[in-house]
Amino acid sequence: MLKIKKSDLAALFARISEKNDLFLPVKTAGKTNFAAWDEAADVDLDTLKTVKSPKDAFFPQSENLYTCNREDGKLKVSPEKLTDEPFVLFGIRACDVRAIDVLDRVFLSEPVDSYYAARREHGIIVSYACNNPETSCFCKVFGIDAAVPAGDVVTWMVGEELYWEAKTEKGEALTAQVRDLLVDADVATVEAAQAAIRSIIEKLPNSNLSLEGWGAEAAKTRFDSPVWEQLYKPCLACGTCTFVCPTCQCYDIKDYNTGNGVQRFRCWDSCMYSDFTMMAHGNNRTSQMQRFRQRFLHKLAYYPANNEGMFSCVGCGRCVDKCPSHLNIVKVIKAFEKEGV
Amino acid sequence: MQELINRAKSLLESGEVARVLGWRKGENVWDVEPAFFGNVDELSDFVYNGFCGANLSKYMIEASKLEGKTLVFLKPCDTYSFNQLTKEHRVDREKAYIIGVGCEGKIRVENIDAAGILDVIGADYPGHAENLTVKTLYGDKEVSYKSAMLERCHVCKGKEHMVYDELMGESTDTIDADRFAEVAKIEAMSPEEKFAFFQSELSKCIRCNACRNVCPACSCRKCVFDSTKFDSAQKANTTSFEEKMFHIIRAFHVAGRCTDCGECSRVCPQGIPLHLFNRKFIKDINELYGDFQAGADIDTKGPLTNFRLDDCEPDIVTKRG
Repeated sequence: MLKIKKSDLAALFARISEKNDLFLPVKTAGKTNFAAWDEAADVDLDTLKTVKSPKDAFFPQSENLYTCNREDGKLKVSPEKLTDEPFVLFGIRACDVRAIDVLDRVFLSEPVDSYYAARREHGIIVSYACNNPETSCFCKVFGIDAAVPAGDVVTWMVGEELYWEAKTEKGEALTAQVRDLLVDADVATVEAAQAAIRSIIEKLPNSNLSLEGWGAEAAKTRFDSPVWEQLYKPCLACGTCTFVCPTCQCYDIKDYNTGNGVQRFRCWDSCMYSDFTMMAHGNNRTSQMQRFRQRFLHKLAYYPANNEGMFSCVGCGRCVDKCPSHLNIVKVIKAFEKEGV
Repeated sequence: MQELINRAKSLLESGEVARVLGWRKGENVWDVEPAFFGNVDELSDFVYNGFCGANLSKYMIEASKLEGKTLVFLKPCDTYSFNQLTKEHRVDREKAYIIGVGCEGKIRVENIDAAGILDVIGADYPGHAENLTVKTLYGDKEVSYKSAMLERCHVCKGKEHMVYDELMGESTDTIDADRFAEVAKIEAMSPEEKFAFFQSELSKCIRCNACRNVCPACSCRKCVFDSTKFDSAQKANTTSFEEKMFHIIRAFHVAGRCTDCGECSRVCPQGIPLHLFNRKFIKDINELYGDFQAGADIDTKGPLTNFRLDDCEPDIVTKRG
């Protein structure tokens, strides 16, 4: 176990950024999101949840795939360069680290997504334990320990000091780059902090939410439930829940007319949108109830069916905080529990 | 609140209305959701408190297509939206039974800066406390009701309901700021400062469309930004200019029709003060065509859809600078 004074973090970030691009929670115009570090950045390690999850680092909201241009009467196709430089994601919470596992199973299984794979290969994850879990958090339900996140390096803020522990080869290599800034530290201090975090987690209202009845079988048993019809009505059909979600991974591919060519890009899509998965024959989901159901069954039934029972919700609670109509996955789970179906 | 439930029950039981559109209590005190209640039993989950900021007018578009009347609870500011939607033939006045409810200013949990909120005491209606007691996992905290209030309530349009079948409850004055002060502040900026301001705010946009979808003035059956027939149809920005384009086009499209209900800013997950765009148009309209409030009635022609000989000429743009 190593540590560094909070007041020396700027030096740590400067050192990391000498050899790596560094992304961490930065406050801009009042809201905290992951952004590239520079000396002017207003780094915010106090806000528990960034508005958007850090998934952009591996799966950006919008990215070019290739560009086509007409040059001298010929068509020139230029593929986008894949990430080939190391970068560090600093300050990821336990739920968001687990979310990367969820994304890996989608993008790294055959056929492998080369854009995502390149970023995963070069990305180094420095996770950050949650000192002040909030009532919208329910990561414990998915077996996540907010006191001990996964990651290449795990960090804990205890008082005015950041504790640092490398967990993987990548993490050891990064630690070597900053070793002279860190001093040896006592494990007992971190263990006490972990116990404090866990005692708060126990008090969270949704920490012991029951997932009974969910999983692969729910695709059959709950698809036709009348509960969906009661639940979806306040849904505005906006994409807030999907865009702040750390595990939503659906995307659309579109062409942008650049005047004398085409820029082919992909961007996050939302199953809440009316043109989601629209094909030549039309749309396979024609009502908002169906779209709403799709989102929750994807998290709680379809994904587990394809991934040995692993749910694709990590309990970060961003949808709980951000839905304009205050609908969310916790309400869905509780509604089914109440109806006993 | 119980009076509202009782009245809803009697209207349902008499068959005068087929359903009730109101707010349903959530898992916490603050996550109240808009909801339809189909029968008397369901009304046990009905709630009306400080967290009922959601404007229910737009839900009346769908309710207007249903059989029978819908009882809808509208706060004073919501009635402007309802009128505007009636004017645009998007809701059917005959399909609505409107109870105008009193409002003492609405609050939002985002404005209460306390981690681990378990409960907020004092947000109940009527007669909320001046200070809210926020119970959290980390101890209790006091915040003033005003500091938790939505921006729109600080510049409240007034206690009067513009349309209703009956009124219930009292409203209070919540206005404590000048409606156009923020706009004037931006107007006074240099072009570079304005650009920097909008760049920093709008670059947070995640194109979730929450502002558009909640907006009672955005009621097109098919939005141009959803149409696959145009290059404007994008779910994300290909360039940094696009997020600005989306919001500016939207502001132009609702100009003269926006009632300043403030829902866009309430729902933005990134806290972008979107109402400022609309309010700039409202301020300009007031200055150029005389004071106008969209949704104040259903008859007056809007200044941008009317023609008068003394209307300003297009060169006003260059004259005003």
